[in-house]
Amino acid sequence: MNFTLTDIPLNYYLGLSATLFSIGIVGVLTRRNAIIVFICIEMMLNSVNLTLVAFSAFLGNPTGQILVFFVMAVAAAEAAVGLAIIIAMFRNKMTVNIDEINIMKW
Amino acid sequence: MLEQILQSIKYFQPETALVVSFCLIVIADLFLKKRNELTSYLALIAILITAYFLVQQGTVGTQSIFFDMFAIDPFSLFFKAIILTSSFFVILFSIYSKELQGRPKGIGEYNALIIALTLGMFLMTGATNLLMIYLALELSSLTSYILAGYTNEAKDSSEASLKYIIYGALSSGIMLYGISIIYGLTGSLDLNTVHQALVLQSVNQAALIIAGIFIVVGFGYKISAVPFHFWTPDVYEGAPVTITALLSVASKAAGFAMLIRFIKVTFIDPAIGNLGPGMWAVLRGFDWNFVLAVLSVLSMTIGNLVALSQKNLKRLLAYSSIAHAGYMLMGLVVFSNEGIAAVMIYFIIYLFMNLGAFYVIMLVADRIGSENIDDYRGLGYRTPLIGVSMTIFLLSLTGVPPTAGFIGKLYLFSALISAKVFWLAIVGVLNSVVSLYYYVRVLRNMFLRDPQPNAQPLHFSNMEILILLLLVVPTFLLGLYFTPIVEYAQASIGMFGVR
Repeated sequence: MNFTLTDIPLNYYLGLSATLFSIGIVGVLTRRNAIIVFICIEMMLNSVNLTLVAFSAFLGNPTGQILVFFVMAVAAAEAAVGLAIIIAMFRNKMTVNIDEINIMKW
Repeated sequence: MLEQILQSIKYFQPETALVVSFCLIVIADLFLKKRNELTSYLALIAILITAYFLVQQGTVGTQSIFFDMFAIDPFSLFFKAIILTSSFFVILFSIYSKELQGRPKGIGEYNALIIALTLGMFLMTGATNLLMIYLALELSSLTSYILAGYTNEAKDSSEASLKYIIYGALSSGIMLYGISIIYGLTGSLDLNTVHQALVLQSVNQAALIIAGIFIVVGFGYKISAVPFHFWTPDVYEGAPVTITALLSVASKAAGFAMLIRFIKVTFIDPAIGNLGPGMWAVLRGFDWNFVLAVLSVLSMTIGNLVALSQKNLKRLLAYSSIAHAGYMLMGLVVFSNEGIAAVMIYFIIYLFMNLGAFYVIMLVADRIGSENIDDYRGLGYRTPLIGVSMTIFLLSLTGVPPTAGFIGKLYLFSALISAKVFWLAIVGVLNSVVSLYYYVRVLRNMFLRDPQPNAQPLHFSNMEILILLLLVVPTFLLGLYFTPIVEYAQASIGMFGVR
């Protein structure tokens, strides 16, 4: 029994990644902890990776998989910068709760 | 393959110069330790060398290099010149900024990051592949996140940085999803191939519209158009003034360059030529005129209306820069060569007037320790030169003749009129009138109210005044003699891969 990626219909992959993407966006908009917000952003990027890999396999075209490598590298860089900024924020305010980060509004 | 890479590097000298100088400044920072303000001069030299190579790049004409990843054409050269000039001024500003020079950790990394940010924005102007567009956008965004929080002892700076990275990462994630849909529809990431596929195949219209809207989110965030503007006021207020100036001019220019190239290469059909010379026809499927017109009207109106109630001058200029993004989008909505030339003329003028306004804020904040508009009262008497310069900058931002801002607006509106988009021109003019109110409120505080009784006159060094004059004089003179910049902009609309 040899299963390949293309044994499952393309729409299943797209549906799964759209669901993951939506969960990610809802998480960014509703969660109050800055670290959870970053995890949700990572989830959005990974759902995009799933879309790209699925399209790439079904089109028989490697370009999408190359983009996935770049997205993973950029996501790592973004996480590094993001966590550094959260630490700087925490040293100033002793909290990572986004609701309390409110010196500036309107 | 190797041959093409070697061939491409020959045309890639300005960017290579930036990469090399980034590494050199990082190393120099390690060795200089105590005297790391010297890295500012290294960065200035690096920018001058890059400028030399940029002039060289201008002589090679139109080229596509690195396997169609990156294009060199008059259009990208124009925006690179704008970006490089503003980086030059911003590094000059930071030499005299007390906010930055007083830091215990020094300014070495700051200069290195500005060079990296300049590189990211250079790549944005020439990217012709969606992969390259994404990477260039992220390179410039990641460095801006760090720079916005550079004075991280200050609470508002780290808060600005955190808000920036959350909005930025969210927008680029949404844009990436749009890119993945475009890839699924057309099987390619190269803009020209995507264009061919859209012309020849019939793609799923609903998917194309979703992809288009998602990609607009990424561009809209970069040029800070409403409704993707929420980061702008907070970041502009919290970041160091020099970085705010750089974000408001260079970052916006790079975003516009990328947006114009993306739309023009991908979605404009050169085969339909019956709209008259210089006008573009948009491919079926995604109504770019409508989307951009909505963004433009929203940006102008919300930017100007919210600016009316601001008390902090940096925040006021943040909303004003959102409104200016709206004005410049008007030039894009008409989809003609004339409109694009008008946007480019506007950017030259915007460079001087906006950098100048932020420079004045920096000078004054270093002396009186405040950015509140109320604390500006009587400033025109405490320091007449600064007062008069600020007047010129603010009147120019409003678009009052004889300043340069008037010329910029004139060309934008005339592009709208000749494309017969009258309603948008009327909205634009009404918005300019609204903007007069809040700019003049600052002027009223400076000249018509008496200074506080114990206020001393402010003093500035000769070098600071010289930098100020470098910005005031063009803002004033370009309003009287503007033929060269108009000709330069009109000669620079040539783009790779577009007839």
